[in-house]
Amino acid sequence: MAVVSITNVNKVFGSGNRPQTVALKDINLEIQPREFISLIGPSGCGKSTLLRTIGDLIPPSSGEVLVNGKPAHAARLNREYGMVFQSPVLFEWRTVLGNVELPLEIMRVPKPERTQRAREMLRLVELHGFERHYPWQLSGGMQQRVAIARALSFRPQLLLMDEPFGALDEITRERMNAELLRIWQETQTTVVFVTHSIPEAVFLSTRVVVMSARPGRITDIIEIDLGYPRTVETREMPRFFELVTQVREALRKGEDMRER
Amino acid sequence: MAAWELAKLLLQLDKRTLPHLWEIAGAFGTPSRRGGPPLAATLVEAALFTLRGAFFGFAIGALIGFVLGTIFAHVRILEQSLVPYVVASQTVPILAIAPMVVVWLRGSWWSVPLIAAYLTFFPVTINTLRGMKSPDPRAVELMRSYAASSWEVLWKLRFPASLPAIFAALKVAATSSVVGAIIAELPAGMQRGLGGAILNFNQYYITGPERLWAAILAAAIVGILFFVGVSLVERVVLRNIVRSA
Amino acid sequence: MERIGERLRNSTPPASVFIIFIVVWEVLVRALNIPRFLLPPPTAILNAFFDTSTVIFESAFYTLRSALIGFAVGCGAGIMVAFATARWVTIREGVMPLAIAVNSVPIIAFAPLMNSWFGSTNPLSKVAIVALITFFPTMINTVRGLTLVEPAKIELLHSYATSQLEVLLKARIPNALPYMFNAFKVCSTLSLIGAIVSEYFGGPRQSLGVYILQEAQLFRFTNAWAAIAIAALQGMGFYLIILLIERRLIPWHVSLER
Repeated sequence: MAVVSITNVNKVFGSGNRPQTVALKDINLEIQPREFISLIGPSGCGKSTLLRTIGDLIPPSSGEVLVNGKPAHAARLNREYGMVFQSPVLFEWRTVLGNVELPLEIMRVPKPERTQRAREMLRLVELHGFERHYPWQLSGGMQQRVAIARALSFRPQLLLMDEPFGALDEITRERMNAELLRIWQETQTTVVFVTHSIPEAVFLSTRVVVMSARPGRITDIIEIDLGYPRTVETREMPRFFELVTQVREALRKGEDMRER
Repeated sequence: MAAWELAKLLLQLDKRTLPHLWEIAGAFGTPSRRGGPPLAATLVEAALFTLRGAFFGFAIGALIGFVLGTIFAHVRILEQSLVPYVVASQTVPILAIAPMVVVWLRGSWWSVPLIAAYLTFFPVTINTLRGMKSPDPRAVELMRSYAASSWEVLWKLRFPASLPAIFAALKVAATSSVVGAIIAELPAGMQRGLGGAILNFNQYYITGPERLWAAILAAAIVGILFFVGVSLVERVVLRNIVRSA
Repeated sequence: MERIGERLRNSTPPASVFIIFIVVWEVLVRALNIPRFLLPPPTAILNAFFDTSTVIFESAFYTLRSALIGFAVGCGAGIMVAFATARWVTIREGVMPLAIAVNSVPIIAFAPLMNSWFGSTNPLSKVAIVALITFFPTMINTVRGLTLVEPAKIELLHSYATSQLEVLLKARIPNALPYMFNAFKVCSTLSLIGAIVSEYFGGPRQSLGVYILQEAQLFRFTNAWAAIAIAALQGMGFYLIILLIERRLIPWHVSLER
């Protein structure tokens, strides 16, 4: 069964006499278990909106979003996905450990188990030893790792990530990419990942979904046949460059279609 | 207003506790002294008197606050040694000194703007300092890259950047300068202002509570008007700046 | 040790300014022969303080009590109304502009009215004014703190299907605490000002406001200054206590401000 199944989804913002924008038009997408899907496209192509409709944070205007065979709303109430935003969105009044425990607290996990699991997750993102620190004492990359640990703490099968490394420098970003792949393989989750970096999308994904703006729609889906594990060398393989070029051309084609 | 009359009706409050609204309204039309002008005229005169003191003090205090804040923003030693005092001076219930100020100035009218100015200068100083230091250091570097003088950095960058903070302070100060003006009139025994009017009508409260209410209402209106006035100026000056909250 | 040293270094400029200020005051007043009624030297104020300490302490206690009770009532009510206001958007849209307008009213003008209602020697008349003065800043700031939460935090909590109550407990209230402490700091000073000034409009003989006014009118200025000094100490003490509680309760915020 598909983890995410999107059928004929449309989203229109604005109502009444204000001008309407078509954020999503006729979106169809199936995501299988253990896939790593990147949504890529220019600003305003609706990739973040699509991610939020999967998370039931924005309702679609029409069409259907199923998560694990249930409507997205039921899946949210069932806490079936973890979310990571572009900014870490850490609660500055909580310690690193407290931040990772937050979702477990809300899900009424008993205190000892909660702490144990949070520590486990911090080890996974290689932040053990920082439990008692406050967010402001960490660097941007470390804060984002806390956010990932928090999203994974309740072991959701689905991870929704909205440009999580967009604010990081290139060097940190590449390191975080490698770590994310390791975590993805260790935890066996399905990931939907929004980005506007072509190499990042190619390096991480099993499939890259190319979108185009006004109206926001899917123009191409590219299989990334690089195999796993992927390392620093992967980025230097000829096939990697070919795929990067393929995605770039798909993006350009999407833009051309709009102009015509 | 409905709540007012309802409270009066339900709690059986007599005229001394809470006069009818129309009694207060009526009070404005009747003279407070036999053969004198109607109360409204007296109160408008008193309000103008108080407002003048408050406004003078506000203007002086704002100017001093702005100059001090600008100096503090530029001279670090002064900021470090004096700002804690400026802050501490505000934890002192400053209006307690009002009687002494009146003694210093031998009861002259200037004690009113002086106290109003004292209440104004503090928030303006602190917010000017904050505002002047608010620009992004990179913006300062940009100005330096144009070889701009310190004076230009001040007027083209720091001053515009500090305007929202300065106006926030001015709005607070607008209210406190009115409070200061009213309070300053008390120990000086000044009869012409709202403070004097309130004290005066308070003595005749039993025979005419609606007159004290009318005077208090006048004070409230002066306070709100001054605040609204400053807010309007703020809106005009900051119309092109995106408002944050 | 290092931290103590650093603290000493940081407090050296202000401390030296204070000592210089007191010494210059003393020397100038004596050297220039400034008459007592204008400005007595610090030593004379200290003397007057010891001579009249019973009266001053009694008055100071009375006034401080009104201020503290009024502060507790005003801030408490402000917080409660703020929670109700922040919860319902329609109430908020109606109440907030009104509260901001009323906040610009010189509430002290109501002091004589409270004296007529409760009697000028009844502490309630002072408590009521202090409560009114502290209510509005507390309420306005608390509403801001409860509502101005980073939207992404709320979105994150929604992704966990968090109940409204838990959004309040885990995001809105911690977010509001720094705003509330800012209000408390302002109100600590306001409450003493409110108590003293409403005593100017009439109060029991043994209260700071009445005492200061009376001594000033009787030309016993050193006594008045001694009472003012006590009022100042109370104001600073109250403020510092709030500051200390803030450090204890929301350490994350204090460290953010550095």
